[in-house]
Amino acid sequence: MYVNLEHISKRFDGFQAVREVSFGIRRGRLAALLGPSGSGKTTILRMIAGLEDPDSGDIRIDGLRVNDIEPSRRGIGFVFQNYALFRYMTVFDNIAFGLTIKKEKPGRIRERVGELLQLIGMSGLEKRYPAQLSGGQKQRVAFARALAPNPRLLLLDEPFAAIDAKVRRELRAWLREMIRSLGLTSIFVTHDQDEAIEVADEIIVTNQGRVEQMGSSLELYQSPATPFVVEFIGASTPVPEISALKGFDGTPPGAGGAVRPEFVSVYAPDEQVQYAHTEEAIVRSIAFRGDSLELGLTLKGLPLTAAYSLARAPLAVGDAVRLLIRHLYLFDGGQVRLLQNSAYGNGPSENFYSI
Amino acid sequence: MRYRSRRGIPGFRLSLGLTVSFLSLMVLLPMLSIVILSSGLGPRGFWEAVSDPRVLAGYRVSFLCSLIAASLNSVFGLILAWVLVRYRFPGRRFIDGLIELPFALPTAVTGIALATLYSDKGWFGKPLAALGLRAAYSETGIILALTFITIPFVVRAVQPVLEQLDRSYEEAGRMLGASPPQIFRRVIFPEITPALLTGFGLSFARALGEYGSVVFIAGNMPFRTEIAPLLIMIKLEQFNYMEATAVALVMLAASFLIMFGINCIQSRASSFVRG
Amino acid sequence: MHNKNNLWLPRLLIALSFAFVLLMLAAPLSVVLAEAFSSGWELYLKAVTDHYALRAAQLTVIATLSSVLLNVAFGLTAAWAVTRFSFRGKGLLTTLIDIPFAVSPVIAGLVFILLFGRLSPLHSFLDAYNLRIVFAVPGIVLVTIFVTLPFVAREIIPVLEARGTDEEQAAALMGAGFFRIFRRITFPHIRWALLYSLILCAARAMGEFGAVSVVSGHLRGKTNTLPLHVEILYSEYQFTAAFAVSSVLAAAAIAILVARNIVELAARKEKKSNVR
Repeated sequence: MYVNLEHISKRFDGFQAVREVSFGIRRGRLAALLGPSGSGKTTILRMIAGLEDPDSGDIRIDGLRVNDIEPSRRGIGFVFQNYALFRYMTVFDNIAFGLTIKKEKPGRIRERVGELLQLIGMSGLEKRYPAQLSGGQKQRVAFARALAPNPRLLLLDEPFAAIDAKVRRELRAWLREMIRSLGLTSIFVTHDQDEAIEVADEIIVTNQGRVEQMGSSLELYQSPATPFVVEFIGASTPVPEISALKGFDGTPPGAGGAVRPEFVSVYAPDEQVQYAHTEEAIVRSIAFRGDSLELGLTLKGLPLTAAYSLARAPLAVGDAVRLLIRHLYLFDGGQVRLLQNSAYGNGPSENFYSI
Repeated sequence: MRYRSRRGIPGFRLSLGLTVSFLSLMVLLPMLSIVILSSGLGPRGFWEAVSDPRVLAGYRVSFLCSLIAASLNSVFGLILAWVLVRYRFPGRRFIDGLIELPFALPTAVTGIALATLYSDKGWFGKPLAALGLRAAYSETGIILALTFITIPFVVRAVQPVLEQLDRSYEEAGRMLGASPPQIFRRVIFPEITPALLTGFGLSFARALGEYGSVVFIAGNMPFRTEIAPLLIMIKLEQFNYMEATAVALVMLAASFLIMFGINCIQSRASSFVRG
Repeated sequence: MHNKNNLWLPRLLIALSFAFVLLMLAAPLSVVLAEAFSSGWELYLKAVTDHYALRAAQLTVIATLSSVLLNVAFGLTAAWAVTRFSFRGKGLLTTLIDIPFAVSPVIAGLVFILLFGRLSPLHSFLDAYNLRIVFAVPGIVLVTIFVTLPFVAREIIPVLEARGTDEEQAAALMGAGFFRIFRRITFPHIRWALLYSLILCAARAMGEFGAVSVVSGHLRGKTNTLPLHVEILYSEYQFTAAFAVSSVLAAAAIAILVARNIVELAARKEKKSNVR
């Protein structure tokens, strides 16, 4: 592993921000620290950078323990949430800042800054001040400034938070391609699952100072390890009492779980249903989702969401439909188990992590 | 006057009418009277009044002492603002609360207190006199008084800017390898410069016009420790209104120039901050 | 932090700050009290309860109260006009409001002598009706109002500017009248700023010396304010009496500082609880 965190903990007066966090990231990978606000993700990033010191645990970069190394000597480029571009310096001076601190020769600085301006597609704008740039341009300059001293690891704190939604998509793609083509190991912090899924090779889901799960977006979606990941990644509806549902009546009473929209099959009132264990539900809302319809349903007072193909018999709000819950996630302590409806076999079978 | 009312909010005519009439009576008319009266002096009379050696010496004393006082306050004001914003220590509220004393204490009280403090028999004047230094009744005394009354300007201009300065600027500098002195000089200082200059300008303008606190400690020796506002006062006591007005007009021009400069600094600064 | 051991710089700066504040601010304040009581309580009480001192205090209170009241009225009206509407010449108007701060107090006094004194075209008119403004109480009140004019307006304008006009507009569309809008919507946002600026205004009005000195004529018991009384006592070498009267003004100054700090704390607290 290129970047390694081992049992990192951090406490701010009276508040445990990070608890016993360990993970590793391979060289050249682009990882996302994903979690709600207050989950410790930014603190983890800042500890890797050296802007905060962990109370315990080790941080290694390329095998070297960096805990006691000055932030600027860790070989890290950092892109701040609001970019922190120096307002009274031009674009050129901003990008050149790290190089002038290192006392590089003026010719070498000009060359490197020119290179970076070309890379970010902003040649000719080097005399502008940050206030004269758009949000996207500011982010590119912040990116170039972080890259200027040739870091071996790039850290980005909520890199898209300050940009309006329209430009954000474009910039995500740009940043992902840029980082991939440079082959630079990178970690970025985000609270937006779409952003993490679209940009990152690997996602580290954090919650209440802990790492809940680490994996590719597909792994997180298909085999969530904890109830939190089920709720945080993708859509799901909580089910407080699973044993009340037909086909899952063998589960221990009181156990809760969650259902994803694609786990539910909906049958129009006059449709033939081959399975037992279907339940009656009422259509409460119908929303068009491009390739399908999203149905809002209530089943014995329990609100559920289901996808419904456009090719099937049309439904109206208020219709009584039959539905079959094919699978669901059972929350068992901190664990998640995928259950299959007993209509598919005898009794509730337990198929772990396969749909 | 053409206007465009923001739809619906009442009270436009009334509030604007009252404001304009009151300002005309209280500010515009008085200020015009000074211009009209000094024009009665004629260009030659005006020039003679303001180029009188004693008046020129008064301008020199006022400008130099104000400049030194404003500079002293810029240094200490910056330190005070920094300490109040960045450090937590016992006595911090005491310092913070006392900063505005010069605005609250009547200038005459300030004047006699400083004169007593720095006279040859005073708490500070005695040890200074033993060292052969004379504070009261000299330029030093004027500078001390002007420094005292302008202490709050720089502190209160810089303090909020430092408070609101995003820490990530410093962290960005730190990540890029800058040492604490480099971070201060290259990252923080440019951010607070507009506020510092504004505070300096306000101190300077206020010091130029100050009268009450200075006259007690200055000694008021013609050509040496006579400030320009005192000259206006002296001419008024001699009922020499024309010359007093001429001297005042030059002071007014200087004040407006300083105010104009402050406005330029602030609009330039806001062009960097916006967006 | 990595520079844990580098505490010398903060310590040095804090020490410098304490030294500066003690020498420059606390020492002059202490000397006032020390000198005031240097000849004992009796002399102190005598100086403070002296007939002329009481008359001077009376005039100071009158001038301070008038300037505070006028400042509220003018400041709120001007701030309403400048921030709630857009019109041509707004820049000029705000510059006019600022002028008294840019003018030396001595010049402020001079201006009123020129306006109402012997040289003024108004003089014969005022004389005919036996109205005395300069070298009389009205002049003192007028210059005090002049030098304190910008206090409230300058404090309130930025606050209202930052607030925008949305809330007032919404209320106006719902049919609320001027007084209701002002009392229910605008006033709650500006009350701390108003109080704060009034405290500073009172401090300046109470202590004004240069401007008042020019228009007063220094008639004991008639046109003397407390600061002028201090000057007279001092120039007559009645130092103890001068400092005794000064100590009253200094006490008022301290009360003003305390009030200012309380208002600031209260405003901060409210701001914090509003954010939540």
